[in-house]
Amino acid sequence: MKFLCVECDQQMAFGERQLPGDGTLAATFKCPQCGRVVAMLTNPMETQLVSSLGVEIGGRTVPAQPLETVRKMVATGRDDAFDEGGEPRGHAAGHNGAPTWSADAQERLSRVPSFVRGMVKKIYGDYAKERGITEITPAVMDTARAELGLEGM
Amino acid sequence: MRTYHQLTDPDRSGLADQIGAQRKRVAERLAGVRRIVAVMSGKGGVGKSYVTANLARALGRAGKPVGVLDADLNGPTIPRLLDVSHAPHTTHDQSVDPALGADGVKCVSMALLLEDGAPLAFKGPSAESFVWRGAMEASALREFLGDIAWGDLDMLLLDLPPGMQRYIELCDILGNPPPVLTVTIPTPESGDAVRRAMRAAVERGSQLLGIVENMVGGELKGSAGDELAREYATPVLARIPWHAKPETWNRLVARL
Repeated sequence: MKFLCVECDQQMAFGERQLPGDGTLAATFKCPQCGRVVAMLTNPMETQLVSSLGVEIGGRTVPAQPLETVRKMVATGRDDAFDEGGEPRGHAAGHNGAPTWSADAQERLSRVPSFVRGMVKKIYGDYAKERGITEITPAVMDTARAELGLEGM
Repeated sequence: MRTYHQLTDPDRSGLADQIGAQRKRVAERLAGVRRIVAVMSGKGGVGKSYVTANLARALGRAGKPVGVLDADLNGPTIPRLLDVSHAPHTTHDQSVDPALGADGVKCVSMALLLEDGAPLAFKGPSAESFVWRGAMEASALREFLGDIAWGDLDMLLLDLPPGMQRYIELCDILGNPPPVLTVTIPTPESGDAVRRAMRAAVERGSQLLGIVENMVGGELKGSAGDELAREYATPVLARIPWHAKPETWNRLVARL
């Protein structure tokens, strides 16, 4: 999908993607010549169709996780479907340089459905580790959500 | 006004590249699989899953590493047929371990991921589900192929649901039409439905490995297996009676 600034005859550049959390998606595009910004807004059905393909408008922000679409999108998944590969990342203090989780962050994580929780936890853990963050707090989770576009998780 | 192809800057979303990466992931995951075989019929209730599971178990008994992908996402039955009990799938950075069934058969099935007795339901706007549900199921199939740690297998059997949709999705995901093992029962009604499925498979370029005629020797009358074999110049590899013994499946393995 590309956007053209008709007045300038210039291809517009992708700006940012937002997932407001209501099933819709917004993506902005800017004309490099005149600076005009437009937003593409998709309705829930259009957003879902893109999600169902396992692709992301604006490009991927995190590497593809195994069974990502199934874990994100199946509504009737069983709680004990997955064992997160032994010792979960990010729980043990200082373990292999992995960040720790504050009590508040752990509580918030516990509210994520268990079918997808391990995957979400890994993404936050990788995010913190890559940035040298030693403790994952709710504030870190908020920042990661915004930066990585994790609103759907 | 310029058209899409006249705009030469790359599409930042790179959707085509993302799809390409998905296909590459599947190809890399299946690199250790010697043969992929789609078990299909076009007709429901002929015993595709039963044939798939017993063929897999016979391969396992013969010492061949084998896997079964239960591609019937809405009516999965493979775990029960392979005596797989519910156990969590261990996840790793890039893959998820398959379940292990009778005779060492590796398997993945939506039945192992869903709440007991629950249908496969997706999050999303239910009012327009006809628009996106097919794509969602195709993605699940792709992830079962590309994200499960299948390892080195002599054969990966794909148990397809009735109809042709999943077969077409499979061809697209794999990039090449897989060889097909066709299952029918003797009746002319089954023959009619299976004939269409075989024609679709041939038109897509799949190799027909042969026909398994199931539920032979009972009340079901007809000669669908032989008729289809003649029409498509492919062998009847096995006639499976009610209460088949392991030797029946071993012979099928030998002929496949």
